[in-house]
Amino acid sequence: MENNIKVVAFVCNWCTYAGADLTGTSRIKYSSDVKIVRFPCTGRIDFMLLMKAFAEGADGIIVSGCHPNDCHYTSGNFHARRRWIVFKSVLETFGIDTRRIQFSWVSAAEGAKWAEIVNTTVERIKELGPYTEYRELAGVEAP
Amino acid sequence: MARIGVFICHCGENIGGTVDCNKVAKSAESFDGVVFSTDYKYMCSDPGQTLIKQAIAEHKLTGVVVGACSPRMHEPTFRKTCSEAGVNGYMCEMANLREHCSWVHEKGEATTNKATDLVRMLVGKVKNNKPLSPIKVPVSKTALVIGGGIAGIQTSLDIANAGHKVVLIEKQPSIGGHMSQLSETFPTLDCSQCILTPRMVEVAQHPNIELITYAELESLDGFIGNFKARIRKKAKSIDEKLCTGCGMCTTKCPTKKIPGEFNEKLGNRTAIYVPFPQAVPNKPVIDKNNCTYYQKGKCRICEKFCPTQAIRFDQPDEIVERSIGAVVVATGFEVKGTDFFPEYGYGKYADVITGLQFERLASASGPTLGEIRRPSDGKIPEKIVFLACAGSRDPAKGIKYCSKICCMYTAKHAMLYKHKVHHGDAYVFYMDIRAAGKMYDEFTRRAIEEDEVKYIRGRVSRIYEKNGKLIVKGADTLLGAMPVEVEADMVVLATASVAHNDAADLAQKLHVSYDENNFFVEAHPKLKPVETNTAGIFLAGACQSPRDIPETVAMASGAASKILGLFSQNELTREPVVAVVNRAAPPLFSTCAGCFMCQSVCPYQAIEKEEIKNRAGETIKTVAKVNPGLCQGCGTCVAFCRSKSIDIQGFSNEQMVEEVFALLNND
Repeated sequence: MENNIKVVAFVCNWCTYAGADLTGTSRIKYSSDVKIVRFPCTGRIDFMLLMKAFAEGADGIIVSGCHPNDCHYTSGNFHARRRWIVFKSVLETFGIDTRRIQFSWVSAAEGAKWAEIVNTTVERIKELGPYTEYRELAGVEAP
Repeated sequence: MARIGVFICHCGENIGGTVDCNKVAKSAESFDGVVFSTDYKYMCSDPGQTLIKQAIAEHKLTGVVVGACSPRMHEPTFRKTCSEAGVNGYMCEMANLREHCSWVHEKGEATTNKATDLVRMLVGKVKNNKPLSPIKVPVSKTALVIGGGIAGIQTSLDIANAGHKVVLIEKQPSIGGHMSQLSETFPTLDCSQCILTPRMVEVAQHPNIELITYAELESLDGFIGNFKARIRKKAKSIDEKLCTGCGMCTTKCPTKKIPGEFNEKLGNRTAIYVPFPQAVPNKPVIDKNNCTYYQKGKCRICEKFCPTQAIRFDQPDEIVERSIGAVVVATGFEVKGTDFFPEYGYGKYADVITGLQFERLASASGPTLGEIRRPSDGKIPEKIVFLACAGSRDPAKGIKYCSKICCMYTAKHAMLYKHKVHHGDAYVFYMDIRAAGKMYDEFTRRAIEEDEVKYIRGRVSRIYEKNGKLIVKGADTLLGAMPVEVEADMVVLATASVAHNDAADLAQKLHVSYDENNFFVEAHPKLKPVETNTAGIFLAGACQSPRDIPETVAMASGAASKILGLFSQNELTREPVVAVVNRAAPPLFSTCAGCFMCQSVCPYQAIEKEEIKNRAGETIKTVAKVNPGLCQGCGTCVAFCRSKSIDIQGFSNEQMVEEVFALLNND
């Protein structure tokens, strides 16, 4: 199971989901270890869900949405960015490895960038290995 | 208890070639809640949809997961299928097995496993889906058209002729756009102004069109059918009602040497000016940056001579608001500056000009009244060189895409030159001749064969001046890259067409996507070329990518027909993806504590305060309430709510948690 890592991508519907669709249409290959969950907007993403995902067995997480100023809903990505800045410092205080969370902007036209982000994130998570520490900490049995 | 059906589509070889669809369907049978699972070659086809309907009836399904292409492609199709079979459309979800799986991974077990996981995730989500019904909203049947070039003119006339109101805004003092600058058009060589100006006049006189020139979009709020546009009318410094357009002011203005935009700086204009004689509206504006009065506080000569006292130096910019149902973006293109090609000497040598400048030289209304005379000394050039692809298809220095129109207009320019200067020599340096289009290839052949324009396949490395001649050094790649040198009197660069420098700003105001070149992005490159990803906003013309006049007009009419389809309804149905605040039995009423954090983050002002009162009419509790007409379903409030009292339909906390957990608990 060591090589089989689980990366969950939380993406917005309008930019990154569409960008990942473009990656597909352009037939650009990337690692199959990542699975995409579609949200309406990065502003919708409750960062506690990230912690729940780690507790349930995620080894790495990507959060990706529209570039600043390009949000379909005007400001959702700014809220997500602000939340991430605060959340990251909280996680670091708790000693949680923030290298396991990749925060990025991928527009609907950036199919190649999406593949690149997935591949570099998966590579980094593989180096870090399964996130058993947090699962144990969260009182969940490591698979 | 949920009874879920799973339907895996092969999409021909698109999914089936990489993913073992049969195995995915077999694995799905064991998922909690799944009572039926199958695979089929083309699920979106009629037999495929029938298969879903039959399964719904036979197995009494309450939810459906279709593992196929992107939900952005076929979600509406399958939701409709479900509702036709008696299952609420919002009980159907799609697992993206094509764009997010089979097309991006190699064939193998890992890919099939990922497909299984994706289906498992959506099964988890569907278990928590709730039946929803679409929201109805009224439609303001007025279209906003941004840009008054040929695209905007065509769209406006099409919509207005069908009986709907149009607000057409144009940044410049006159409508007409680039087309009004052209001399003749390919491939027919008919005069651009002769076919355009009657349409410009029609726009100005149309009872259904409100034309606002010298204006820009300030902001656009709202959503399809219910936009609010704020438009900045820049101060023209004249009272348009009093001005008769007599032209006295422009003849008297003492500042006469401002390089005119319409003539691409080959001619001069005054500070109070009408851009060109056929301008619509034919009334002047004062260019504040060049007017002596605005700059130095003295002059007012135009005011003195104006017979109707129409000059208003103190006129402020005005913001007007309009209720809009749909928007067409028709802002066109810009010609890329030539300063990134110093070796061609544009700006250094007066006789190296751009294609658009050549149009003005060749135009009967231009600075030379249609005679081809070079800018430096007014002589007729005996030898002229045209450079196609000046910047286009040049990822190293220019832009990487093909500007599409240059091959044709370069052939046209060479022909116009030969028709006017019979004894002259015309050379064209080109990379390829791209003349796809009705009568297009015939046109370029005519330039080569009948008008004897000398086409040289190769690029130009340098242009420099020697003894009053422009030496064009290039290579002929059809002769083994043999060096070629032409002593020319004038050089015309077919410069790349690019997006406006403020295109990204406009895209951000409109919330539409734009690509790496700042062109606006259509909803689907093949099937939705005039739509954007933002409902109610459409594209026409060269703001989406470089295109010629026939294509622009076709696209403009296409956008108009989409809007007419929209305006044929009195009410629109909207996706019920909106936020809701929970309600509970008294004495709690709702878990909402009334902190109104949600209100402060809502970009749409969709959150209101609701007072819960007792029988005596006293307020017991104040809670948040979402106005579903205003809510656009971004869900920012959901992530902010501390007591988890607000949730979004279609992407609820339960649904998202289940979707993620289903993936993680697959062992």
